[in-house]
Amino acid sequence: MTLSPVPRATADRVRSGDGPLVVCGVVPTTDGDVAVLAEDLRRSFGAVEAVRSVDLAVRAGEIYGFLGPNGAGKSTCVRMLCTLLAPSGGRAAVGGFDVVRDVEAVRLRIGVALQDAALDAKLTGRELLGVQGRLYGMSRKQIAARIESFGDLVDVAALDRRIGTYSGGMRRRLDLAAALMHDPRILFLDEPTTGLDPVSRMRVWEEVRRMNREDGMTIFLTTQYLEEADALADRVGIIDGGRIVAEGTPDELKRRIGVDVIVARVEGDPAAAATVVESLDGIASVAVHGDELDIATADGAAAVGRVAVALAAAGLHASQLTLRRPTLDDVFLEVTGERLS
Amino acid sequence: MTAASAPPTARSAGFLADLSTLAGRAIRLMLRDLEGVIPAMIVPVFFFAVNVGSLQDQFERAAPGFDYKAFQIPVAVIFAVTGVSRASNLVIDIQQGYFDRLTIAPIRRVSLLLGLMIADLVLVMALTVPVLLMGFIAGVGFASGPLGVLAFIVLAGCWGLAFTGFPYAIALRTGSPAAVNSSFILFFPFAFLTTTFAPKEALTGWLGAVATYNPVTYLLEGLRSLVSSGWDAAALGRAALAVLAVGAVSQLLAHAALRGRLTSGRR
Repeated sequence: MTLSPVPRATADRVRSGDGPLVVCGVVPTTDGDVAVLAEDLRRSFGAVEAVRSVDLAVRAGEIYGFLGPNGAGKSTCVRMLCTLLAPSGGRAAVGGFDVVRDVEAVRLRIGVALQDAALDAKLTGRELLGVQGRLYGMSRKQIAARIESFGDLVDVAALDRRIGTYSGGMRRRLDLAAALMHDPRILFLDEPTTGLDPVSRMRVWEEVRRMNREDGMTIFLTTQYLEEADALADRVGIIDGGRIVAEGTPDELKRRIGVDVIVARVEGDPAAAATVVESLDGIASVAVHGDELDIATADGAAAVGRVAVALAAAGLHASQLTLRRPTLDDVFLEVTGERLS
Repeated sequence: MTAASAPPTARSAGFLADLSTLAGRAIRLMLRDLEGVIPAMIVPVFFFAVNVGSLQDQFERAAPGFDYKAFQIPVAVIFAVTGVSRASNLVIDIQQGYFDRLTIAPIRRVSLLLGLMIADLVLVMALTVPVLLMGFIAGVGFASGPLGVLAFIVLAGCWGLAFTGFPYAIALRTGSPAAVNSSFILFFPFAFLTTTFAPKEALTGWLGAVATYNPVTYLLEGLRSLVSSGWDAAALGRAALAVLAVGAVSQLLAHAALRGRLTSGRR
């Protein structure tokens, strides 16, 4: 099959109504460039709408971060894109093939590491990779060579032990190796580092970067970790309540907030403090979270003093004032009204 | 051409290769899980000993020339092979996500079940061997000769395979280990409302009526014919039909449950 070009409207869409805010204007428009495409993708479970209407287009060779809290619809989206779950509506194509009509063509092109390491504890790592390779038509020689090539990712010496004896990190990395066994063009990683220790997380990150850089692999990565999306993704889609609410490169998304963020912890009425700060010149926005104000401004260094003075003049003591660069969490807060972290 | 749109290096291995890979994995796991097979070896020995010990004299006195041990050997084999399956392991695969990994692979869906069932067939045929050895040691001979022994093992194996569809259907429908374990209850009406303890002529009332419709009655008749009377085409034909009928129902249920799970994408 061939894909229809991604509508320019997808690329150029600005925030209007319930549609996603697309900050980045560069979205692929030719078939060959699109590795993963979803148009009005929906999935319901009974009365529950897990995915309401997702439009996205991931360029070939791109790392796309799908960021959202638990229950936002990330995993459901991935399961539909991986052919594990039929959409209730809309359509999706992966590697140029429809995920409903051309299931086998999609499956030959994708590697998948789902949220829980999909392993068999009674097999050894080598046996598991062997089963995986044979199911993808690989010969014994190809399987052996491929396993040896995973030396940077997994502890090859440990592969002759049963998987049940592996650490959490090793299990995760073996799961990733199994997803890579048949050299897929497009890799789906569903929260690949959840529950991992920092060292294992860094090894997975390095491998993701290496595969993307050296093999040109397209990587669709879901995560609930802001720093993971920030560190790995070329573009980020923020999903909340089954919809993409913002999309763009991490820098572009952060620029939306303003250049700087002043965090003020206030002793007194935070709402009153917000009113005081909003009246100051050069303040882009103020958000209240408990006793904390997040103040977006173009020039934080210039504004922080004025904020402190204004609060003091209003009889509201700021116990703490911090100036920092915006994070994806600030973006998440802006588009969803809640913090992710 | 971009990397994403380039032809894949992977390919479908083909149905037979898929089947061989999945059956090989199931057999390997079965060998690592032998403790799960022990009850299937103890139960038939126990029932054989109790049934023969308590009823042999009574039946052999009432019907001189009747060999009650030969009569009980097929029962012991049915107890050994009925309900033995990898369904619990399938539930573990579902719960741990490994079933998803297999599902995403470019394989024929039916091989997900058939691979397990091949391992089941190997196991149930292997389970008939110690029971038969026990019978030989107890002095039971085969009127149908060595080929009859082979036919006995194959028929018992086919019955075991036919029955596995039920626990697989439950495993796929529920994804619950408890539900799979409770599927053992299906074994009782099949195994006891039949000619387990006495010939059909001795069964009266409701038990006789139920036994007439129980396929195991005809399976036992076929197996007993191989032991006691030689090659009886009519008895073997009825036994084969009984196995086919149960197999058709159970396999339909299992494959419908597989389709349902794959369509719904449930975990």
